[in-house]
Amino acid sequence: MSHGNGSSAEPQLHGIMAEFEDEEAIISATQQAVDAGYKKMETYTPYPLEELMDILHLHKNKVALVILIGGIFGCIVGFFMQYYASVIHYPINVGGRPFNSWPAFVPVMFECTILFAALSAIVGMLTMNGLPRPHHPVFNVERFKYASQDRFFLCIESDDPKFEITETKQFLENLNPHEVSEVEE
Amino acid sequence: MSQQVRTIQGGQEYTGPGVVGPEYDNTTVTEKISNLVLRKDTELSWFAGVAIGAFGGLILLVSVTYLVLIGTGIWGLNVPVGWGFAIINFVWWIGIGHAGTLISAILHLMQQSWRNSINRFAEAMTIFAVMCAGMFPLLHVGRPWLAYWLMPLPNTMALWPQWRSPLVWDVFAVSTYFTVSLIFWYMGMIPDLGTLRDRATNPYLRQLFGLLSMGWRGATSHWARYEKAYLILAGLSTPLVLSVHSVVSFDFAVSLVPGWHTTVFPPYFVAGAVYAGFAMVLTCTIPVRKYYGLEGLITIRHLENMAKVTLATGYIVIYGYAMEAFISWYSASPYEGFMMWNRMWSGPYWWSYWMLLFCNAFSIQFLWFKKLRRSPIFLWFLSLIVGVGMWLERFVIVVTSLARDYLPSSWDVYSGTVWDWSLYIGTIGFFIMMMFLFIRFLPIIPMSEMKMILPRSKKAE
Repeated sequence: MSHGNGSSAEPQLHGIMAEFEDEEAIISATQQAVDAGYKKMETYTPYPLEELMDILHLHKNKVALVILIGGIFGCIVGFFMQYYASVIHYPINVGGRPFNSWPAFVPVMFECTILFAALSAIVGMLTMNGLPRPHHPVFNVERFKYASQDRFFLCIESDDPKFEITETKQFLENLNPHEVSEVEE
Repeated sequence: MSQQVRTIQGGQEYTGPGVVGPEYDNTTVTEKISNLVLRKDTELSWFAGVAIGAFGGLILLVSVTYLVLIGTGIWGLNVPVGWGFAIINFVWWIGIGHAGTLISAILHLMQQSWRNSINRFAEAMTIFAVMCAGMFPLLHVGRPWLAYWLMPLPNTMALWPQWRSPLVWDVFAVSTYFTVSLIFWYMGMIPDLGTLRDRATNPYLRQLFGLLSMGWRGATSHWARYEKAYLILAGLSTPLVLSVHSVVSFDFAVSLVPGWHTTVFPPYFVAGAVYAGFAMVLTCTIPVRKYYGLEGLITIRHLENMAKVTLATGYIVIYGYAMEAFISWYSASPYEGFMMWNRMWSGPYWWSYWMLLFCNAFSIQFLWFKKLRRSPIFLWFLSLIVGVGMWLERFVIVVTSLARDYLPSSWDVYSGTVWDWSLYIGTIGFFIMMMFLFIRFLPIIPMSEMKMILPRSKKAE
């Protein structure tokens, strides 16, 4: 897919991608790319690799905060749902118990806390990851289908300030990859 | 590419020190598990299995239809036994579901990597078991078409649920449990659905898996958020699973019926649930691993670990039985004392108590022997006995307590009618059918999580 610039222009590049055969290779390649001063890059692996998160400084994210907010919200909703029904909307005196008999409300409050926290976990995780997104430039690479199986990919993106097609390509070629390919936008 | 054609036959028992057999690396794990879904040919026995399950499902449909037409009078319920098979089966099925959450959440928090082989399977079992469980209270309300009254929906009659009742807590606990289990199951499957999308050759199938995987592409920044969310979900599911069966036990413990009004119930019910659930995981995985040649992924060590958990939780259950008997004596309450005496010797159901002790207290003692813990055939038969035992436990609690309540003039003997049994058998058929469909259409072992626990040196091969 080309974007605008007329049909004669080169197709816009999302980046340049190198394929590696094992996790040691991708870890050292990513480390070298960071050391070389590249800033905008992403690695694609069939399972999470702790070392890559270290190198790319990805350990800090807002997932936990979103889940905490969801849980607190659920707890409040759980309480006020019961409070509204038994104190405001239709108070019934049952054996002289207080309308706001909050200890009996705790189980439902607890369940609502967990429910809202769990829903915010999956919705929050997907939203922050920009998913669902069935089409993405990286899927244009023929061999990218192995990224979910047994191969490891490093993509240096074209909006990196240091990105320059031939130079970046040469840099990746030197990292001993299985294959280097251009990722079309 | 050789990757496309190589297949792993399996069928070898693996007893070495690793978590999985030596034939598995990143490539072969992917091939083995995704080929179970993507293969073109389906063996006849799979259709036979689905057919058996679907036949049970038809029995379920007939039973439900007749129940809706006539009413709960077709069951054996009458004063004083108002809670019969429906509640027994509800508690039984919910309990079975609990092992799935225990395996996926608690063992994940404890970093027990062997759980990666069986967690998907156990989670699927949880979801189908909770579906079966949920049917019983819905049908037991008598007018299932009004079951939505259980939820706090604003209505013109200004009717609200009774918030101080454990039965309402149960509605929230079970529906939350189902939803959270489904989220956990689906989220764990997203990367694997991406793998299936990438391996499918049929374009429609590729689109379907592409949709289901939400376009997962395995970016490390995504994995970082995914892992955090998954870990916290495990942390949320752990107290949830403990709360669900505690709330189920409150249905009994909060009442004043002798034999129900017991403080040991919440921990005893939770342990019993895990116990029954692990037995059910054994019942399901042992034939599947054999049939599909998964012995290298679900190894003897997995079975042995499950047997150990069964034994440990079995002992908590035995402690529960002992405490019930002890407290009925120690409380010096004549009603409690009579209840226990009636349950053990003098009542019409004395045999069910001794069968229960045989199934749950005696039979599991064989699990002390390492040789038996490592014998799949023995474990399979034992798991069936445990399943029966846990059903009997709920029968003993529900029926013997109610049949001899405070008022001797209302004493009566309860037994299930043909419709009680048909509904129960129907849910078992439904469960079998769902498990067979799951085995054929979804990855039964989490591929991405298996790759995480392969030894490092093997990954490079």
